[in-house]
Amino acid sequence: MNFRQADDTSSATALEIKGVSKAFGRFPALKNVSLQAKDKEFLALLGPSGSGKTTLLRVLAGLEKPDAGEVRFGDEDFLALPVRRRKVGMVFQHYALFRHMTVAQNIAFGLTVRKRSEKPSKSEIADRVNHLLQLVQLEGLDKRFPSQLSGGQRQRVALARALAIEPKMLLLDEPFGALDAQVRRELRRWLRELHDRAGVTTVFVTHDQEEALDLADRVAILKDGELVQLGAPNEVYEHPANPFVFDFLGQACRLRGVVEGARLRVADWESAAPTGAPQGAVEVFFRPDEVAFAPADGAGLAAEVKGVAQRGPDVRIDCLVEGAPMELVGHGPTLPPGVTPGLSVRIKPLRPQVYAAG
Amino acid sequence: MTVAALAPVAGKPRTRWKEPSILPGFPLAMGWTLTYLGLIVVLPLAALVLRPWEAGLHGVWATLTEDRVLAALRLSFGTSLLAALTNVPLGLMVAWTLTRYEFPGRRIVDAFVDLPFALPTAVAGIALTAIYGPTGVLGEQFAQFGLKTAYNPIGIYIALLFIGLPFVVRTVQPVLQDLDREVEEAAQTLGATTFQRFRMVVLPAVLPALISGFSLAFARAVGEYGSVIFIAGNMPLKSEIAPLLIVIKLEQYDYAGAATVGLAMLVISFGALLGVNFLQIFLARRGRA
Amino acid sequence: MNPTLRLPGLAPLMLAATLAVLGVLIVLPLGVVFHQALAKGLGAYIEPLTHPDALHAIRLTLTVAAISVPLNAVFGVAAAWAIARFEFKGKSLLVTFIDLPFSMSPVVSGLVWVLLFGAQGWFGEWLRDHDIKIIFATSGLVLATVLVTLPFVARELIPLMQDQGADEEAAALTLGAGGWTTFRRVTLPNIKWALLYGVLLCNARAMGEFGAVSVVSGSVRGVTTTLPLHVEVLYNDYEFVGAFAAASILAGLGLVTLVLKTVLEWRHSGELSAGRRH
Repeated sequence: MNFRQADDTSSATALEIKGVSKAFGRFPALKNVSLQAKDKEFLALLGPSGSGKTTLLRVLAGLEKPDAGEVRFGDEDFLALPVRRRKVGMVFQHYALFRHMTVAQNIAFGLTVRKRSEKPSKSEIADRVNHLLQLVQLEGLDKRFPSQLSGGQRQRVALARALAIEPKMLLLDEPFGALDAQVRRELRRWLRELHDRAGVTTVFVTHDQEEALDLADRVAILKDGELVQLGAPNEVYEHPANPFVFDFLGQACRLRGVVEGARLRVADWESAAPTGAPQGAVEVFFRPDEVAFAPADGAGLAAEVKGVAQRGPDVRIDCLVEGAPMELVGHGPTLPPGVTPGLSVRIKPLRPQVYAAG
Repeated sequence: MTVAALAPVAGKPRTRWKEPSILPGFPLAMGWTLTYLGLIVVLPLAALVLRPWEAGLHGVWATLTEDRVLAALRLSFGTSLLAALTNVPLGLMVAWTLTRYEFPGRRIVDAFVDLPFALPTAVAGIALTAIYGPTGVLGEQFAQFGLKTAYNPIGIYIALLFIGLPFVVRTVQPVLQDLDREVEEAAQTLGATTFQRFRMVVLPAVLPALISGFSLAFARAVGEYGSVIFIAGNMPLKSEIAPLLIVIKLEQYDYAGAATVGLAMLVISFGALLGVNFLQIFLARRGRA
Repeated sequence: MNPTLRLPGLAPLMLAATLAVLGVLIVLPLGVVFHQALAKGLGAYIEPLTHPDALHAIRLTLTVAAISVPLNAVFGVAAAWAIARFEFKGKSLLVTFIDLPFSMSPVVSGLVWVLLFGAQGWFGEWLRDHDIKIIFATSGLVLATVLVTLPFVARELIPLMQDQGADEEAAALTLGAGGWTTFRRVTLPNIKWALLYGVLLCNARAMGEFGAVSVVSGSVRGVTTTLPLHVEVLYNDYEFVGAFAAASILAGLGLVTLVLKTVLEWRHSGELSAGRRH
């Protein structure tokens, strides 16, 4: 995978979340979450459903009041501001377009509801709407109603509507959740470009790790209301903080092993332990496609190939590794040498991650 | 039936009256439905539509231009319109309270909204008369301010308020309930005040339901009889409603006259509902999924 | 509950206003019925209810409902089966005709039968020659009641069965069940609560109907007066306690209906048509 490198040259902290907790009845949705976003940063909140990521986004928007903690944006105490004064542009999961208003009216809404003294003139509003329509590539659709648009188009209207108020921060709740795969990928790239051009601090919620890794400057991974890891996509992917993150960010193969000193031993295979590995009994994680194959008399984990199946561009290799069934993945049309059903081989995980056995 | 009709020409899809289905029972169910409907609804309605013309167009015209008939139609439609219009804000408020606030006994209060549906109209009629009559609990109070609340059009209006309210509440309530909360939140994040949210987001969303509720309450009010006649006073030209005039004409064996008034009510109601429907279609065009 | 627009500051005001409107407009009349009925004590309340005319009125009301309700229940099921399970031309016209009695004045629903079977009705002469009495007789009361209450069951079943779709019936047929078995074992259990709901409303209206039956009854005291008509007769004779006593029975019927209906909406909301779910 190609990751966006964290851009450390960028400026000061814009958004600061400190010790935010929130419970719904007896269910704790957020537990003492702290994180920062830099100015103009694109931050992903990633986690499975029920991890609290949407609640956190809603706290930022002001739609939920946290039980404890602080949210600051720039110099402002955000929690003291009512929703409508925060000037955050929120794009809802199901877009929440006003169905009785045209596309243009939807986009202009945030400007038309302003106090008379702050309201732009009719022609200014029209100009702004046209500019935004251009930006989201929906020229000519201004008179349509939301029901006459495709899902991707609605999404872009929602985005334009959020941008119209010149938000201090853009919040996106599962922005691609309701779209099909093809549209999703196109919009993803486009959204990133849009963000880079508009230069607004953006926080978006997703449960799709690929989307988060592909799109964000930094990824905050949440689980059960807790922040478990925060870092640039390549950091979190290559050094997951714990088995949960490893598992969540991609497919995982796991084995039991032992770390003694600087050596990692799994069955009869020994290698250098990753730096910072805990001592003693450990769980060894690796990606199913990050393995090297060797002949049966070589070094590595003893594996017996049970079956091989072409799966699109990849090859799925079913095997027994040290007696346990495991699915490995080979890329490309040709199989590694010696990988034939019924034969024994040795495999070596290329980048094993090691966690203390739980 | 010709053979051609039985064997459709290949390649030319014949428009069918009924789509084929693997489910059985269509002839029986449909036959029973049509027979029953024919005998109970269509045949009697045919009498209503045809009988006014026995004395020719002239007879119909003569009946319709009687002072008493005109006054009764005006009274019925006028009070119904006023009552239904009053019920729109009242019903919206009740529906709002029932959907947006949590309070002890909410479900009981909710259930009571349907009482006018469940209470026989004659019972409602005498009860309302007992309340708003000159010696009634409320009638007495109003009388102190010189306001007579029974045996005049005000009494009719009160009775029509009673029977119309649930129609508005019950059509608006589900819409308020299902209103996408994200849409209101979106308005909030875009800077709308509470009042703006209500006026620009909530109200347009419930408007079609309000109009439906209005038209249901109106239609019911125009034809209402039992709950009205006790409180109406039934003074010819003053507080005599159109349905009562039908009864009076029947008692005089003026069948054609009674049918004329009945048909006129039906036609005017139908026209009003048609107008409401066009309004609904117009609103629906403005973007409903 | 969702944290949407609640006008929190207005909450007490809205609640108070709602309770006031419902209290004065809806609950007060109900209370007045019982208050007036018991105004002269329990004895004066019971006495008019045991009068032969009152007992006859109750019997007649029950008879009329016992004939009309099953007729309309069977019609409702048949119509719902035809409309919700098959596609055919003119369906919306059919539905319009089924709904029509709801938008007719009760008085018109009585009037049309007089136009057919009254002394000067289309069939008036023929009926007189054959010594058959419909108007001013029980059969007239039944016809008027049937017309007024015709849509109730159908209106509950059609949307529900349309929502449910025909998949389950189709599955039963593929598993070898016959048409009747499919209806009895698959359809009926799926619609039973909605059917009961419709029957409940139909029955309440059938027993409480006033306008339509008053037109066809002639209000011959003790002969063609149903309970609601009996209320009117007593009221017009200034027998207020008796009128309200009889009314209290009807109000009780209304309350029982309301309770049962509410229980159905709470317990079986998933098995009622969408508009009835709470």
